[in-house]
Amino acid sequence: MTVERTEALAPCFHCGLPVPPGTDYTTIINGEAKPMCCPGCQAVAQTIVDGGLDGFYRHRDASASPTDTRLAAESHLADELLLYDSASIQAEFVRHISPEQAEATLVIEGITCAACVWLLEHHLGEQPGVEQFSVNMTNHRARLVWNPSQTKLSTLFGEVLRIGYKAHPFHPNREEQLLEQENKRAIRRLGVAGVGMMQVMMLAIALYAGALQDMEARFVEFIRWSSLVLATPVVFYSARPFFITALRDLRTRNLSMDVPVSIAIGCAYLASVWATIMNTGEVYFDSVTMFTFFLLIGRYIEMQARHRTGKAGNALMDLLPASATVLQDGQEKMLPASELKPGDLVLVRPGHTLPADGIIIEGSSAVDESALTGEYLPISKSIDDPVVGGTINVEHPLKVRITEVGANTRLSAIVGLLDRAHAEKPMTARVADRVARYFVMTVLLTSATVASVWYFISPDDAFWVTLSVLVVTCPCALGLATPTALTAATGTLRQQGLLITRGHVLEGLASASHIIFDKTGTLTEGNLSIQQMQPARELSGLNPYAIAAALEQASEHPIARAFHPYFQRSATDTRVQINAGVEGELDGVQYRIGRPAYAAELFPDTAPEQPDRQRQWVLLADDQGPIAWFALDDQIRQDAAFTIATLKRLGLQVGMLTGDDSSAATRVAAELGIETVKQGVSPDQKLAYINELQTSGASVIMVGDGINDIPVLAGARTSVAMGSATDLAKTSADAVLISSELERLALALLVARKTRLVIRENLAWALMYNLVALPLAAMGFIAPYMAAVGMSASSLIVVGNAMRLSRLPRLSRKPRE
Amino acid sequence: MEIIYLLIPIAIILVSVAIWAFFWSVKQGQFDDLESPAHRILFEDDDDLIPEDARPDRNDKTGSRD
Repeated sequence: MTVERTEALAPCFHCGLPVPPGTDYTTIINGEAKPMCCPGCQAVAQTIVDGGLDGFYRHRDASASPTDTRLAAESHLADELLLYDSASIQAEFVRHISPEQAEATLVIEGITCAACVWLLEHHLGEQPGVEQFSVNMTNHRARLVWNPSQTKLSTLFGEVLRIGYKAHPFHPNREEQLLEQENKRAIRRLGVAGVGMMQVMMLAIALYAGALQDMEARFVEFIRWSSLVLATPVVFYSARPFFITALRDLRTRNLSMDVPVSIAIGCAYLASVWATIMNTGEVYFDSVTMFTFFLLIGRYIEMQARHRTGKAGNALMDLLPASATVLQDGQEKMLPASELKPGDLVLVRPGHTLPADGIIIEGSSAVDESALTGEYLPISKSIDDPVVGGTINVEHPLKVRITEVGANTRLSAIVGLLDRAHAEKPMTARVADRVARYFVMTVLLTSATVASVWYFISPDDAFWVTLSVLVVTCPCALGLATPTALTAATGTLRQQGLLITRGHVLEGLASASHIIFDKTGTLTEGNLSIQQMQPARELSGLNPYAIAAALEQASEHPIARAFHPYFQRSATDTRVQINAGVEGELDGVQYRIGRPAYAAELFPDTAPEQPDRQRQWVLLADDQGPIAWFALDDQIRQDAAFTIATLKRLGLQVGMLTGDDSSAATRVAAELGIETVKQGVSPDQKLAYINELQTSGASVIMVGDGINDIPVLAGARTSVAMGSATDLAKTSADAVLISSELERLALALLVARKTRLVIRENLAWALMYNLVALPLAAMGFIAPYMAAVGMSASSLIVVGNAMRLSRLPRLSRKPRE
Repeated sequence: MEIIYLLIPIAIILVSVAIWAFFWSVKQGQFDDLESPAHRILFEDDDDLIPEDARPDRNDKTGSRD
């Protein structure tokens, strides 16, 4: 018996997926025939070329997202789009500027690079009636201004679909409006601080040069007043968030890093103002503005990363369909899913998503519950079985009586778990904040002591000595020690494809003791593919792949979908048997594919033994006997084994949590060398397991991707979502692995450990400098200008040390036995 | 040196104008997307602006090489 491995040819020119052998889809682009993986990609590429937009393929730097074949082909989508023309739905997201002009904000799914933005804007911009279409690449939102009397909105939605993207109406919620305001305010603060810093710096140089060349006193005084004017908005506008949080922290008796930062900015500013008005001493306006600007840059970068994944408002919409087919008095009627009520009778066609929770009244089918359980094989359901909103009906039409809608659905319950997990999340006390607590106390106590002691010795000098104590101990270096290191490390990791969205991630990674993976979609690719074909007998003419694909085209079962790429011609008379397989006719011959027992009913012999027990096999047969076996498997990610070996070498305990309770889970764990496996667990059991680990003192990193992982992602001390994860999972995770390459995790761990080291070095340096300078200043040996120079120098050393983090550590590839 | 009494106030006025312009552009949404404009400048979608006789024969690769 010969064994043929399916081998991939050149990748699809449009989406980059491998082109299945035995298929022939091409599109002529720029005079050359380019291979395409499926009819969907072919149609999309053809539309792009026909529109004269083939420049897209020259501009892009990432492959387009794979096209859903069903999207391009099926007609039910057209019905769904027509719904967007109804006034009641448009009322929610369309603003009518004038009778000839309407404006809508849309969310576009599938944007991978800047070329996508270019393609969308050009394709939509060329449609009649469209006046403006601009896409924001950062938040994937588009603003559409069009003439409703000339073009219907559904046509425009259809055009977005034709070039391979999906558009949803955007409903801004309160939270998102707040995010936008916060973002704009942060940019304004940064701009004011930057401009102010540059101007004050220029004047400071004049002052420094003037001090050497004996500038006349009246000019010095004028320049100081000018600096005061320029620095004031920086302190009162840009640095305001520091003061506000510091005040809040003081009220709750919790000294964070913002307290010394505020003291530094406030004291240096007030001292400078005093010096300017009284025309004595030194001014530090340059240090104040520079310090504020550097800190704001760090905060801004952190906030940008957090907002990038914060698209929570639309996360649930991706899971629930926009419309539902309601049966009223025997009539089918399309209604927006949001208008469903408990008790409604809904018809769910194969391939459609259930709009809400309900009970099956008529029909039986298989339902894909992967969104909730992570299990990709559908579960068969029949009359009186409960079904859950957000799951996909795979095989036969179902009539469902709706029982729960909106906030009462199981899907909403999972989102509710998320909030609870967030609230219970262990707080990570930052090293800097712990240091800050002691530091602030010490500085304040010392200053008070120095002031009172000097008041008795010589009351005239008391103010200036106390001031130089405060300036010398200015926690600028201390304040910059952590943020600069975190900013540099975050930038490095971002280039490597790990997007950090919350501040504590680097500390969490560095101190982690356990790392727990989800199985489906994280350690594995998350979908079934044909791994192997084993012919049972010689067949003249037709290729077994072609026959199998022709039969399986009738089904949307994940097993069937693995065959869809091989589709060439269609079979007639196909019938899908739930939990068994598909039957159909091709060139007058009857074929069956599916479970061995089901396929074997076609021929007189008994079913043959399947080649091995490890994988899932389906049998293709006709009335002569078996034709071929196909092995299907969810492939383990290529870099998974190496990553897990590296993580173990770094001293972490690796575990796996999965909702899957089949033998596949044990096999994956054995193959990757993972000892701790919990299988068949529900989302709340996952959360309970992690919480148990964490209360026993472990520091856990959780890596996952599905809706079922969301509570556990939110509850783990540090969590990472895969780039292919749902939006909701990305929002609840602390970091996102954009490239979905697991190997980057090990790299991130190394960077995090190095960051921790750099932060400690920086803090040690800042404290040492203060310890040496404090006694000298307290005894009155340090002139204020020396204090200012020392302060700047120590800050620069700290920044320079942090910059070392932009170099990447190397992963040794050697120890791979 | 007396000129700084004039120049520095002018500089401060210019800075306030610049900050006003900056606030205005933030409000207009010009800083909402900081990513795609960096790429957009590189897209060659100005083919129709190139004069006919200066246009490179992109569609005619095989013909000109013989």
